Amino acid sequence: MLFKNVSELIEATKENNISIAEVMIRQEVEETGKPREEIFAEMGRNLDIMEKSVKDGLNGVKSTSGLTGGDAVLLKNYMEKGNTLSGELVLDVISKAVATNEVNAAMGTICATPTAGSAGCVPGVLFGLKPRLNPTRKQMINFLFTAGAFGQVIANNAMISGAAGGCQAEVGSAAGMASAAAVEMAGGTPQQSAEAMAMTLKNMLGLVCDPVAGLVEVPCVKRNAMGSSQAIVSADMALAGVTSRIPCDEVIGAMFRIGKSMPSTLRETGEGGLAATPTGRALAAKIFGPAAASKEG
Amino acid sequence: MKFRSVFDVIGPVMIGPSSSHTAGAARIGKMARQLYGRQPKWAKIHLYGSFAKTYQGHGTDVAIVGGLLDFDTFDERIRKAFELAEEAGMSYEFIEEEGASDHPNTARIKIGDDESDFELVGISIGGGKAEITEINGFELRLSGENPAILVLHNDRHGAIASVTSVLADNKINIGHMEVSRRDIGKEAMMIIETDQRIPGEVMEKLEGCDHILNVISISE
Repeated sequence: MLFKNVSELIEATKENNISIAEVMIRQEVEETGKPREEIFAEMGRNLDIMEKSVKDGLNGVKSTSGLTGGDAVLLKNYMEKGNTLSGELVLDVISKAVATNEVNAAMGTICATPTAGSAGCVPGVLFGLKPRLNPTRKQMINFLFTAGAFGQVIANNAMISGAAGGCQAEVGSAAGMASAAAVEMAGGTPQQSAEAMAMTLKNMLGLVCDPVAGLVEVPCVKRNAMGSSQAIVSADMALAGVTSRIPCDEVIGAMFRIGKSMPSTLRETGEGGLAATPTGRALAAKIFGPAAASKEG
Repeated sequence: MKFRSVFDVIGPVMIGPSSSHTAGAARIGKMARQLYGRQPKWAKIHLYGSFAKTYQGHGTDVAIVGGLLDFDTFDERIRKAFELAEEAGMSYEFIEEEGASDHPNTARIKIGDDESDFELVGISIGGGKAEITEINGFELRLSGENPAILVLHNDRHGAIASVTSVLADNKINIGHMEVSRRDIGKEAMMIIETDQRIPGEVMEKLEGCDHILNVISISE
């Protein structure tokens, strides 16, 4: 392995004078023995899937439970009127993140980044930044390799599933990956990518996984809007020269320990938090019948 | 390092809604199907932890049944797996277990037909990755991502050496290997994950080794 943690990843970029994406590609070649072109093409297919999920979601989808769907359309229409508070870029990012998660909730086809419940953050940021930065297809694929490099570090040193570590591990990781990749695509340094990742993850620490009726819908879809907007904010902070007082690897360590100490009711069991509210339980009863709601309560 | 490839993190392409509860579950089902080697007639699926609490909402049930029908994580037929199981003549039953398990997303799958049955325990470790932790009572670890073979053999001296030397002669590097047995001198099992794909002729050579009962490719 060329890197086991973020500091080794940054070191590898400096030693070889290459980008984070390039470190990731070289490692993948070493790990799999596959030719570079094949690896790049495979990531290109994932990019195409993401683009299609965004498009489908912006056209409007509805989940089987009826809990989610249609918000991406609302956000897009609102953005197009032009009179928004947070500005067009943020609205574009979050509408595309929500679009992806609405497609996921409707059992559509998505690319997990790193998971399905958090699949909106990376494409939301990528396709939201596209009109602003006008990246080439190659740069967009590199964005995914950079996001993957940071995600791999988190997956191997902490956890990326809500069942194992709460939403901080899912949407937190996805948002961190997206912010680091956004920095690189905007021309920042590898160290700035690490700072953005650290700041994003810090702001997601402690976030629990408490899906209503156990479905990857409420609050998951909107959490991706939050994660992707945080990713943009952290990327801008890092590009402005703001740094994290706690180094990125230590933030990942903190996330791991917090995840380990989270009770199981707040780790994707549908038993605590929002799932255990009167409305959360009523929705569960409506979807699965009263027996299921009492089981989950 | 459980997550060795970038595509473990940016991927898989899958049918929603949950990588651990849908895609990972489908992979566990598919590994059971591959190990069994044919379409089972019946399946009893015991779910533990988060799997037991939330399987209906996440489509864990249709995903596992889809996997047992040999579907991939991105196969849109997963959505209709229950109907398709009926067409394929496979009955299925889900049992929600109250007891604790080592991992929050654990499934114990028992499958069979008139001739034989088979049992495995799989865990979904996040991001769509799955591991098999037990086969027919043998405990093991397998990532499901590298080429891997299962070798059933008699517990005799030289059995392991003969298998590893066939692999070495064919320039196949072993990334991970586990050996277990029920009792001294009885039936034993090797799980071998390799860096390279094992060609058919090498599989035949392995089957020809002394004391080897069966060799099955279980993931690629």
